[in-house]
Amino acid sequence: MRNPFVRYLLQKVIWYILAFFVAVSLNFILPRLIPGNPVAVIVNQMATGGVQSDTLERLYSTYMKEFGLDKPLYVQYFNYLRNIMRLNLGTSFMLYPGKVRDLIGRALPWTIGLQVPAILSGWILGNLLGAFSAYKGGKFDSVAFTLSLVFSNIPYYCLAIVFLYLLAVRFGIFPVGGGYSFGTVPTLSWRFIADAIHHYILPYLSMVLVAIGGQAIGMREMSIYELTSDYVNYAKNLGIRDEKIIRYVFRNAMLPQITGLAIAFGTMMGGALVTESVFSYPGVGSLLFTAIRQNDYPLIQGCTLIITTAVLTANFLVEIAYGFIDPRIRAVQLGER
Amino acid sequence: MKDILILLFRSKRFIVGFVLFLGILSFALIGPLVNPKNPFQMVGGLFSPPSDKFILGTDNLGRDVFTQLMYGTRTSLLIGCTAGVIATSIGVTIGSIAGYKGGIVEEILMGITNVFITIPSIVILILLSIAIKARSATVMGLVIGITAWPWTARAVRAQTSSLKTREHIDIARITGFSSIEMIIWEILPYMFSYIFMAFILQFSGGILNEATLSMLGLGPFQTVSLGVMLHWSLLWEAVRTGAWWAFIPPVICLSMTTFSLMSMNSGMDEVFNPRLRRS
Repeated sequence: MRNPFVRYLLQKVIWYILAFFVAVSLNFILPRLIPGNPVAVIVNQMATGGVQSDTLERLYSTYMKEFGLDKPLYVQYFNYLRNIMRLNLGTSFMLYPGKVRDLIGRALPWTIGLQVPAILSGWILGNLLGAFSAYKGGKFDSVAFTLSLVFSNIPYYCLAIVFLYLLAVRFGIFPVGGGYSFGTVPTLSWRFIADAIHHYILPYLSMVLVAIGGQAIGMREMSIYELTSDYVNYAKNLGIRDEKIIRYVFRNAMLPQITGLAIAFGTMMGGALVTESVFSYPGVGSLLFTAIRQNDYPLIQGCTLIITTAVLTANFLVEIAYGFIDPRIRAVQLGER
Repeated sequence: MKDILILLFRSKRFIVGFVLFLGILSFALIGPLVNPKNPFQMVGGLFSPPSDKFILGTDNLGRDVFTQLMYGTRTSLLIGCTAGVIATSIGVTIGSIAGYKGGIVEEILMGITNVFITIPSIVILILLSIAIKARSATVMGLVIGITAWPWTARAVRAQTSSLKTREHIDIARITGFSSIEMIIWEILPYMFSYIFMAFILQFSGGILNEATLSMLGLGPFQTVSLGVMLHWSLLWEAVRTGAWWAFIPPVICLSMTTFSLMSMNSGMDEVFNPRLRRS
């Protein structure tokens, strides 16, 4: 393989497949460590809920078959892998006979629609703010930095709760939750879109403000670091115009921030899931919240699997973009420095 | 050591964080000793607003919110600290061995680290918490700690690799120290400030992870923590019924705690990393 970029790509693909494999295995093994037979537990729970006995038997046999609990562990594991490849994620306990795949399929667009724009725009705005305040210095810098420090340390869901209470419950500017008004049917009409945007603003805002703060701090630090470096002094002594130097600085400081984007996708996930359940937003987070409350193991596993897949995919795309943008990193990764 | 302390207290950010943290810590530690109330005891009506009798009102089951807040902050700090100690220890061990040994050992250790950096830790946390039925506060700290170490390991490895090339290391090596001795006596002391900063980051991350898990309904059993208080508020619709006293206090406590820790961290960064100091 002559082309170093292809090699870089291949290396990344292998790493990500490995990571995915580990994640999937954990997803398989950990819920099976729960003491006792989860199927019996759940069926007993339903029995106390007054479900008829022939329904119970049918439930029991469905889940025993699905989990394959009567077979040895390695057979269960291969069954599990095969099912994942076929996107067969099993049947939900609480919404029997609803398929986990369908439930997640319905929730996923909401989550992606909320999180991807929030993370991306937070990242862009945060970097601009960070670079600008590092360059400006003085009053602007200290105010911007303090605000960033404050916002980046408020957990997403805390800001979400405060916003929900103040702007929705107290002052009634925004709806108190959900992805759209109760009783409307999701269609592609202007009225529905306007309604959905009205519900979108608060969850979006509570995520983006925190993201801006976090990214701005990182970018400011990188920019200060670059601003005091030798090449900047040299360029200044050569009499190169300020605007040009800033462009150099921004470019160099920006590179590590691209990794910051990948990290953001992974670390924001947890907080974002809770933000969704604060607003009862119809995404994966709210689904997970109810699934945990109901001990719906197939649904929980489906959610964790889809979250892992989403984060790994996002990280992979960012890393590929990174290799594309910075030839230096590509060389280091390949040990050709 | 004394010089470092003097330097630290010249950083405004460090002082602000430190004082705030001491305040929170004493509230959490001394509070429960002075206040004899039980956080689980029903003492008043449902969601009664703050009054003389209940400074912060009562929650959905008529329990005293102020008492919950004291115990909750204590639990959250305990979980965060446990998680911080464990994550930092694992991270420092793996990172320093990888960085010092180099070669195949480094490749393997960093390979494992990178795999666990890529997998979102919240997923592992959720799965682990479901599998463990008896979740006490300490167990939760443990669980959070063993999922949070990879970042520390990566950072410590980088530091160790660069420290390794210094001259005193060569001299020590000639005297016949073993690898473990080298790491303990010749490498780690030079990164003490760095490790301490990593611990503070992990501490604050641990508190946040506890809150996230608890809010999803996977919190510690039979214990109140800040995350558990928020979980109750969500579950019993305290927000939508407008019972602000049930959720605003834990929100403030949580944010202030992480803010104080991050402020200390950022102040230390300023002191130990002269390039960030300008003026």
